[in-house]
Amino acid sequence: MPEIRVTPLGAGQDVGRSCILVSIAGKNVMLDCGMHMGFNDDRRFPDFSYITRNGRLTDFLDCVIISHFHLDHCGALPYFSEMVGYDGPIYMTHPTQAICPILLEDYRKIAVDKKGEANFFTSQMIKDCMKKVVAVHLHQTVQVDDELEIKAYYAGHVLGAAMFQIKVGSESVVYTGDYNMTPDRHLGAAWIDKCRPNLLITESTYATTIRDSKRCRERDFLKKVHEAVEHGGKVLIPVFALGRAQELCILLETFWERMNLKAPIYFSTGLTEKANHYYKLFITWTNQKIRKTFVQRNMFEFKHIKAFDRAFADNPGPMVVFATPGMLHAGQSLQIFRKWAGNEKNMVIMPGYCVQGTVGHKILSGQRKLEMEGRQVLEVKMQVEYMSFSAHADAKGIMQLVGQAEPESVLLVHGEAKKMEFLKQKIEQEFRVNCYMPANGETVTLPTSPSIPVGISLGLLKREMAQGLLPDAKKPRLLHGTLIMKDSALKELGLAEHQLRFTCRVHLHDPRKEQETAMRVYSHLKSVLKDHCVQHLPDGSVTVESILIQAAAHSEDPGTKVLLVSWTYQDEELGSYLTSLLKKGLPQAPS
Amino acid sequence: MAAHLKKRVYEEFTKVVQQQQEEIATKKLRLTKPSKSAALHIDLCKATSPADALQYLLQFARKPVEAESVEGVVRILLEHYYKENDPSVRLKIASLLGLLSKTAGFSPDCIMDDAINILQNEKSHQVLAQLLDTLLAIGTKLPENQAIQMRLVDVACKHLTDTSHGVRNKCLQLLGNLGSLEKSVTKDGEGLAVRDVQKIIGDYFSDQDPRVRTAAIKAMLQLHERGLKLHQTIYNQACKLLSDDYEQVRSAAVQLIWVVSQLYPESIVPIPSSNEEIRLVDDAFGKICHMVSDGSWMVRVQAAKLLGSMEQVSSHFLEQTLDKKLMSDLRRKRTAHERAKELYSSGEFSSGRKWGDDAPKEEIDTGSVNLIESGACGAFVHGLEDEMYEVRIAAVEALCMLAQSSPSFAEKCLDFLVDMFNDEIEEVRLQSIHTMRKISNNITLREDQLDTVLAVLEDSSRDIREALHELLCCTNVSTKEGIHLALVELLKNLTKYPTDRDSIWKCLKFLGSRHPTLVLPLVPELLSTHPFFDTAEPDMDDPAYIAVLVLIFNAAKTCPTMPALFSDHTFRHYAYLRDSLSHLVPALRLPGRKLVSSAVSPSIAPHEDPSHQFLQQSLERVYSLQHLDPQGTQELLELTIRDLQRLGELQSELAGVADFSATYLRCQLLLIKALQEKLWNVAAPLYLKQSDLASAAAKQIMEETYKMEFMYSGVENKQVVIIHHMRLQAKALQLIVTARTTRGVDPLFGMCEKFLQEVDFFQRCFITDLPHLQDSFVDKLLDLMPRLMTSKPVEVVKILQTMLRQSTFLHLPLPEQIHKASATIIEPAGESDNPLRFTSGLVVALDVDATLEHVQDPQSTVKVQVLYPDGQAQMIHPKPADFRNPGPGRHRLITQVYLSHTAWTEPCQVEVRLLLAYNSNSRIPKSPWIEGGEVSPQLETSIEGTIPFSKSVKVYIMPKPARR
Repeated sequence: MPEIRVTPLGAGQDVGRSCILVSIAGKNVMLDCGMHMGFNDDRRFPDFSYITRNGRLTDFLDCVIISHFHLDHCGALPYFSEMVGYDGPIYMTHPTQAICPILLEDYRKIAVDKKGEANFFTSQMIKDCMKKVVAVHLHQTVQVDDELEIKAYYAGHVLGAAMFQIKVGSESVVYTGDYNMTPDRHLGAAWIDKCRPNLLITESTYATTIRDSKRCRERDFLKKVHEAVEHGGKVLIPVFALGRAQELCILLETFWERMNLKAPIYFSTGLTEKANHYYKLFITWTNQKIRKTFVQRNMFEFKHIKAFDRAFADNPGPMVVFATPGMLHAGQSLQIFRKWAGNEKNMVIMPGYCVQGTVGHKILSGQRKLEMEGRQVLEVKMQVEYMSFSAHADAKGIMQLVGQAEPESVLLVHGEAKKMEFLKQKIEQEFRVNCYMPANGETVTLPTSPSIPVGISLGLLKREMAQGLLPDAKKPRLLHGTLIMKDSALKELGLAEHQLRFTCRVHLHDPRKEQETAMRVYSHLKSVLKDHCVQHLPDGSVTVESILIQAAAHSEDPGTKVLLVSWTYQDEELGSYLTSLLKKGLPQAPS
Repeated sequence: MAAHLKKRVYEEFTKVVQQQQEEIATKKLRLTKPSKSAALHIDLCKATSPADALQYLLQFARKPVEAESVEGVVRILLEHYYKENDPSVRLKIASLLGLLSKTAGFSPDCIMDDAINILQNEKSHQVLAQLLDTLLAIGTKLPENQAIQMRLVDVACKHLTDTSHGVRNKCLQLLGNLGSLEKSVTKDGEGLAVRDVQKIIGDYFSDQDPRVRTAAIKAMLQLHERGLKLHQTIYNQACKLLSDDYEQVRSAAVQLIWVVSQLYPESIVPIPSSNEEIRLVDDAFGKICHMVSDGSWMVRVQAAKLLGSMEQVSSHFLEQTLDKKLMSDLRRKRTAHERAKELYSSGEFSSGRKWGDDAPKEEIDTGSVNLIESGACGAFVHGLEDEMYEVRIAAVEALCMLAQSSPSFAEKCLDFLVDMFNDEIEEVRLQSIHTMRKISNNITLREDQLDTVLAVLEDSSRDIREALHELLCCTNVSTKEGIHLALVELLKNLTKYPTDRDSIWKCLKFLGSRHPTLVLPLVPELLSTHPFFDTAEPDMDDPAYIAVLVLIFNAAKTCPTMPALFSDHTFRHYAYLRDSLSHLVPALRLPGRKLVSSAVSPSIAPHEDPSHQFLQQSLERVYSLQHLDPQGTQELLELTIRDLQRLGELQSELAGVADFSATYLRCQLLLIKALQEKLWNVAAPLYLKQSDLASAAAKQIMEETYKMEFMYSGVENKQVVIIHHMRLQAKALQLIVTARTTRGVDPLFGMCEKFLQEVDFFQRCFITDLPHLQDSFVDKLLDLMPRLMTSKPVEVVKILQTMLRQSTFLHLPLPEQIHKASATIIEPAGESDNPLRFTSGLVVALDVDATLEHVQDPQSTVKVQVLYPDGQAQMIHPKPADFRNPGPGRHRLITQVYLSHTAWTEPCQVEVRLLLAYNSNSRIPKSPWIEGGEVSPQLETSIEGTIPFSKSVKVYIMPKPARR
């Protein structure tokens, strides 16, 4: 039976370093190639040696698909392609292709220049890696090879995030990546058609959460920021350079304009300017409002938000600073956090999910004393806020997507095991489909029953249609015709071909040994059948094309040899001719 | 030929058959009279190829055909049809047949047989579909003929099994439009014709082609529109279609479910997979709610719109639509709305300093969480958060409609509406503000909600701010802090946008008069009075101070204790404001002052309104005097007109009625006066000069009747008859006067004929109202009509003259609600001394801002007129988008007028005013032939005349000569 096999190398019952292997109808696809933020050792990259022990990855994998530019989805890409070695195609959307290298370079800088890690990928490797990328458009069907095709759907989450449908023949898998079912200030909602895949691999970060309306969230956020600023405090908002940051910027920008506030808003430099540039360019990927109004004013051209300089952190008076990275695990946001943590007027707002092991996760879980590098202890007096601005679908959103796509089975990744358990049970209960949640390295195999297309002549179909009176979807209808099957169908079904063979015994009066008889038969046939391929095999049998002739001694009469002629149904003509020829007897040997 | 045809059966779609046209050319002409049909025939015969023939047909289709020659044309076309091999030409002929059969005055039953005939032999699917379309046109033209309808339905049923979706589509359309309404009619006779149209259409709900499925649902809806009661069984079928793969099917299915739910709201349906049963309307509501989260936004818009009109739904289902259980890590969490409410009820106003308040509370039982809403749960929560603003607007509208019918729901949806004030799209914000205003009777705003509402006052869009002012006018605020907050925010708004002055004052006027008790404790603070010290007298010209005073004075109107808190200068300011802004400051009972206008005390109950009685009495008095001597009549009329005008000025709510009646009486007065002229007694040629008065009277009556007809809203048909009657009298008068004053008979012929046409037109238009016009001018006129038709103009004039004198005074029944249309131009104010300078030959844009009251359909009637000093007048048609509708009966015109002129030596004033355009011919039905073709622009936008209805404003402009 044909089957689909899925093995998560990362993101199986876990958040961080997404990497999922899918085998579908003999094709192997790797979905995402991320790194883990919480680790600084080998654990941060997926274990690529799992894929093949020996041999090149390129031979084994047909393609790699990157869903969006977040590092936990693309962070290991240069390592994978350049250091481990993969030369096949890498698919991603245009915005992802544009923004991904910026983030990788930033990540590399932090890892190598700041932390001084050796054996890390270089800038050149990032460039080389990006050369292997093939960019795709939304809803464009890309033919990876003759059989494998992929198609991208809008996923919301961040600019350029996409869900991918992977299809071979009639079997298909949809991988959602990260997605968002509720639109926000700069992106629309994820959408997929009723593509009815065999398997839907969906993220489940918020498997046990149903969120309040986004308007309440936005209002809360603005209120908190406004109040802190009014009281003269400094507000730190750790963000990833891209994604949430832009949404919050638009939110604060419009709010500042409306309320006529004067406190400065800063955004950590470099990275952001480049990133904002891309946001301005990829307007088609944003939401309805921005798409409609960009003719008058591009929403990403901020008026109130200025570039941040390191020295500004010590300035007196209120300010709002967006700083990277988002989980407070390194870089500028951590520096500023250290400076401001001591003052209870100040505030840090964590706008998204924090992976275990990061500073962000620690302070959110209520830790007030942090051990920093070099054994020093940092006391956190500032207010710590958590605003769920993370653009992942909540439980309802996930269910909504499952309902939209109508898959045959669902597989959960990118979430915590305990939460997945709940969602799994819900999905099985509501949709009556199988739901899986493999851990990293665990393989899920699900059998598929591929549909075999049957061609029917139009004339026949029309004639049958004309006979029937009314269309009725439920009743089967009897149709007379002949079904002709070709090899490919068998291959698809994984069935062995049924062989039909004819055998015939020809008695020959020949006192000589079997080998000699065979030899005689061979030379006779060779002389008669000049344009056929006649062979004498080492085991003493003779073949003419696919027809097999064996000589054996008769059990009772040693003077008679029995020639066993066997041919397949396809060679009927030649076979019967041969038997009739052999029945006439062999010409006497000249001796 | 047979072989040829057979070949075509297999290749019909691609084959273009080049036919030999010689045989057609040899045909003889049959028609005797030269007509369009003959020309067409010759053209068609000349055609050497199908492409040529097609060209001729296309050319022919551009010109209308008279009803008389339609049949001939149809014959020619049919004849050609039989001979034609090319399907595209046949298609065009078929479509022309349909178009021709729509011609007014042509009965298409004669071509039906032929049409059905050719239908049977037709092989091309496209032509078949077009022929069915033609049959549909024929069928709709003959709605009375049951036999034909049945025959057509039979034809449609026969072709339902066609393999082409186009043909099946048309068949279903035909069934939907013509399927018999009553079964009893079909049952008579042989009985084989008993067809259950609904059943047949219903079978096609499961057709393989989505277009056919859609057509089937549409046909079902069509049946409903035609008054056929749909069976309840359709409901289940339609419910299955909700999960169709194609959006147009789902969209139509939602409509169908809505229709069925309105037909059988109370019947009971079982809930699948349980033993419970619920009302059908509730079930349908749940299903439509589910479609609000459909994948296609077209369906979502459709569903959200329909939700609004399901008023019979049970309240707990309704309230579920706003319900969304939150959870976080499987623990129940309260929504921000619930938290805000709790904070409020615990007396702790949102300090914002309590951070733990959104921490998840109790654990949830995993089994009880329902992630997929089976029913209405959270439909509006989803709809209001939708990605597409079209869906959000539809959801807001639906919320509004449902909240208007259910006060408890209104209270609940308040939080969500307030949230929508922060939507990113302005249209949505505006819509939600309007919605809130419409339901404001049912709600009271909490302080935290008011806070969010007032934040919108800083919006940079003028429309939004004004809509919000309107909203505040009719909001209920619960606390005095709320009032204070509103005042502070409004004043902030005033300093930021000084142009909002009028709107803010008006807003505060209503705010004050609605909440006198809440304003009372605020007065000392607002007036900054001090128990011991005298404070400085505020600046009387400060708009902010005036705003505060407007609030206080309006509150003081129903709060007699308030004036005791005023300081001396407040009383002085009151007197000043009462005079200068009398529409904003009410009359107050002030201690130690004489009551300014105690007569208009508000204690008079509206039902015992003496002024209304007075109006009635004075009108009755006029109507009762029919046989007084002319002198007395005139005096009484003059008196009554004066009374009415005064009454209209005093009582604003009666102004419409009073003005309307006064205008009518004035017309009558003018008529009487004109008839009293001496000129009638003297020989015609002698009194040329004095006839001026009579003809002027006739002209004025005409003008007044147009005003009566078009300037008042709420005029009903009975009044229109009287008005037209009056106009007819004026025309008669005009005719008589002309007859008297002109020499020679020739011009009279034309005039007489025209007048008689008018009479005829009057009779046709108001045939149903004629019985009410006993003894009137028209009544007598119609009696004598045969005589008039045959007599000479001089005699006609004589008859008319006697009849005019004998005609009685018709009683004008007063309509229930009548309002005079009026307009005020706010901008330009006409005070500026600085001329608007621009280079001659180029244009300058002038912003015009005006409020219109009681104008029906302002988009098509209101025009702006610009009068230049050289007498040149220019009429500008504002764009439909320039009109806003801030409240019932009121409109706002904000537009730009482009001025241009040749160079002037010095600045000069141009006049700008608003006109009301009218067209009294709009009652005449239009001819159907003009369809998609070149519609003559006159028909659509013709303006018969205009009535100025605003004061003109002078604008100082200066076109400078261009510098070279």
